[in-house]
Amino acid sequence: MWWYVGKRLLQTIPVILGATFIIYALVFLRPGDPIAGLFGEKPVNEGVKAQIEAQYNLDKPFLVQWLLFLKGAVTGDFGNSYTGRPVMELVQQAFPVTITLALMALAIEMVLGIVAGTIAGLRRGGLFDSTMLVTSLVVIAVPIFVFGFVLQLIFGVKLGWVSPTVGGDWSVSKLILPAFVLGLVSFAYVLRLTRTSVAENLSTDHVRTARAKGLSERQVVKNHVLRNSLIPVVTFLGVDLGALMAGAVVTESIFNIPGVGNLAYNAIKRGENPTVVSVVTIMVLVYVLASLLVDLLYAWLDPRIRYA
Amino acid sequence: MRLSRRTRLASVALVAAASLTLTACGGDSGDDSSSSDQVITVDGSEPQNPLVPSSTNETGGGNVIDELYAGLVAYKADGSTVNEVADSIESEDNKTWTVKLKDWEFSDGSKVTADSFVKAWSYGAFIDNAQLNAYFYYPIAGTNDEGNSETPELSGLKVVDDKTFTITLKQAEADFPARLGYSAFFPLPDAAFGSDGKVTKEFGENPITNGPYKMDGEGAWEHDTQIRLVPNENYDGERKPENGGLTFKFYTDLDAAYTDVQAGNLDVLKSVPDSALTTFESDENVQAISEPGSVFQSFTIPQSMPGFGSDEEGKLRRQAISLAINREEITDKIFNGTRTPAKDFSSPLMPGFNEKIEGSEILSFDPAKAKQLWAQADEIKKFSGKFQIGYNGDGGHQAWVDAVSNQLKNNLGIQASGKSYPTFDELRKDVTDRTIRIAFRTGWQPDYPSIYNYLAPVYGTGAGSNDGDYSNKQFDDLINQAAGAQDEDERYKLYSDAQAVLMQDLPAIPTWYTNIAAAAAKGVNNVEFNWQNLPEYHKLTK
Repeated sequence: MWWYVGKRLLQTIPVILGATFIIYALVFLRPGDPIAGLFGEKPVNEGVKAQIEAQYNLDKPFLVQWLLFLKGAVTGDFGNSYTGRPVMELVQQAFPVTITLALMALAIEMVLGIVAGTIAGLRRGGLFDSTMLVTSLVVIAVPIFVFGFVLQLIFGVKLGWVSPTVGGDWSVSKLILPAFVLGLVSFAYVLRLTRTSVAENLSTDHVRTARAKGLSERQVVKNHVLRNSLIPVVTFLGVDLGALMAGAVVTESIFNIPGVGNLAYNAIKRGENPTVVSVVTIMVLVYVLASLLVDLLYAWLDPRIRYA
Repeated sequence: MRLSRRTRLASVALVAAASLTLTACGGDSGDDSSSSDQVITVDGSEPQNPLVPSSTNETGGGNVIDELYAGLVAYKADGSTVNEVADSIESEDNKTWTVKLKDWEFSDGSKVTADSFVKAWSYGAFIDNAQLNAYFYYPIAGTNDEGNSETPELSGLKVVDDKTFTITLKQAEADFPARLGYSAFFPLPDAAFGSDGKVTKEFGENPITNGPYKMDGEGAWEHDTQIRLVPNENYDGERKPENGGLTFKFYTDLDAAYTDVQAGNLDVLKSVPDSALTTFESDENVQAISEPGSVFQSFTIPQSMPGFGSDEEGKLRRQAISLAINREEITDKIFNGTRTPAKDFSSPLMPGFNEKIEGSEILSFDPAKAKQLWAQADEIKKFSGKFQIGYNGDGGHQAWVDAVSNQLKNNLGIQASGKSYPTFDELRKDVTDRTIRIAFRTGWQPDYPSIYNYLAPVYGTGAGSNDGDYSNKQFDDLINQAAGAQDEDERYKLYSDAQAVLMQDLPAIPTWYTNIAAAAAKGVNNVEFNWQNLPEYHKLTK
């Protein structure tokens, strides 16, 4: 198995090289002039402009810029943002809160989604099942920012139970509401995936055999239905972790969370290549590691799958 | 004026501007000792540059710098100027100015001397230091048009003694002292400079300052979170703090900030988000502030645009366009009364504002006359093509651009539409490269409280922000005369005359002034806004 893990990790190298190249090219091709943007509507002296461009390697051809970035990145220097702060510092500051937020959202959607999905699947056609189907349909149909603003207004302003915004001095308790909002849509997907999968597995041969052996309903569900039903759910959750981090922009801005989404968004607006590429590179890493974890989980969930 | 694309406010506001000028000033409450020890929280955004006056040209850092530093003069809320660090600023010919200083100290106890100013300005102007605010030094002798000097010492500045220095200008300018409250003209202590003569990183992070407030010790700037300021006991000027400190909390989204005001987590929000504009005045959870502001909005029609040159045909077409726009309807329906239809090329908040400038009826809605003028122009030469207005799509401009285009379509019977540029700097690039061949959105927030600042830099021949390449000798003469006029009334008259020329030529079509729309939490007192559309931070109490 370690050979397999090592091989997968090696594969990330070309993935990251390719991703940074594409992102670098995209930001590079973005029209506009970031340095003129820094000066607003004031005229800029050509000499000053050239000086600042040289500072950020903007005067060099595209490929050279990219190679210089890679060279720095290998030695742990991701360059400076236009604000003069090292990109590494920005990233270190922004990632913990977003990772915490994404993991909390993942935990919420996983627990709620699997529990509700299993119950719904076991009692297919019942009242609970129908309620959940309608609820999940609504959650998927309504844009996430609607839930964000509504829940913020109800719990933060009207009831005053939680702080409506998070801000830089975040804590896990402040992140509960944003994490719930962020996890809502995925919760609906997890619920539906689990429900269908459980319902399907209930009528398989091995479940009938288990029942025939005289196992309690509890054991049948836990060991024979659920375990098999979780494979598609785990696949979804693994990919979703990356999606949650990348998709946190909306939630982050509603709740004023200084995380990765805001960092990337502002950097793109300013045409700040080093920051954008650094953030994206880390995102790619998260995706790659999450999908590796998912693949390893398969083997645990289904002993027929083996990695050699 | 400043670029403020970081804050949405700004993008809303315009092109740019977010002012950095000294925010405040004012009040005669210098000896009022009833100051409470409550810290006031206000909205802000993460400064994009070190907290050094010459390098900060966006609102996030600018608002903080205005509270941290004090210049030679300060601005009162109404836009009038009072001496702050300066004891006197005098000149016989309006060209060479002699500045005498009071006995002031920085927050660390070191003296504010003539050197503190001269070194700071020279540093800001020196080309090798690439400071974003260098443009503001352009009136001083020894700088080029962009305000940069080739030498580390700015030749227009001479230190006479510890408390005296002289400023030599390129040309006479009667209200030059009014510029000196702007942040680019703040002083720096010796401690700011490292052994290599550059302002150190540590200083930019935690500066030693001479203004109403100082940094609340090491680590007062919590990046991406907030900046904490406390009153500076060494400050003895016009803007004595009446609160126990200011905390600028950073928001990337105004909606979140507004929610915090509603919940009482934020004391003052200087600009209400678009989503709350229709409701904030009736919102029981907040104190609403709505009053005229100093931001002037327009769209510029470049002189190079076919059919809109400086000849008779172009003039007629420009006038027709202006007459075909129903400003009242747009400010009412689209902006819910948060804009006021323009009456001139400056702002009602400026000293000397005149709402009855000769020819200003061109700014009222008259579709019949518009049609007639357009037909006259068509007789000179037939117009073919489309009238387009360029705007940056990240600033909430689409609604009014579409409305204006529709009015032009309906009232003139021509093809008209908006053209969206994804971001502010993409629009600016086309404008500064002069590759733009369509009309485009422009706006101006004053750097200092003078009508001159709305006119000379924007419409003067070859001026720095004359994006449409307008040129009229008569206008240039009038504005130069105004610059040299000693008498205030005479100067105001000349400003009106100069604007009368603009009313005929319409290098830009004035649209409206942006109102101040702000909110404060319940229980916050003395919420007063100044000519820069900013709260008088030092007066806030709760």
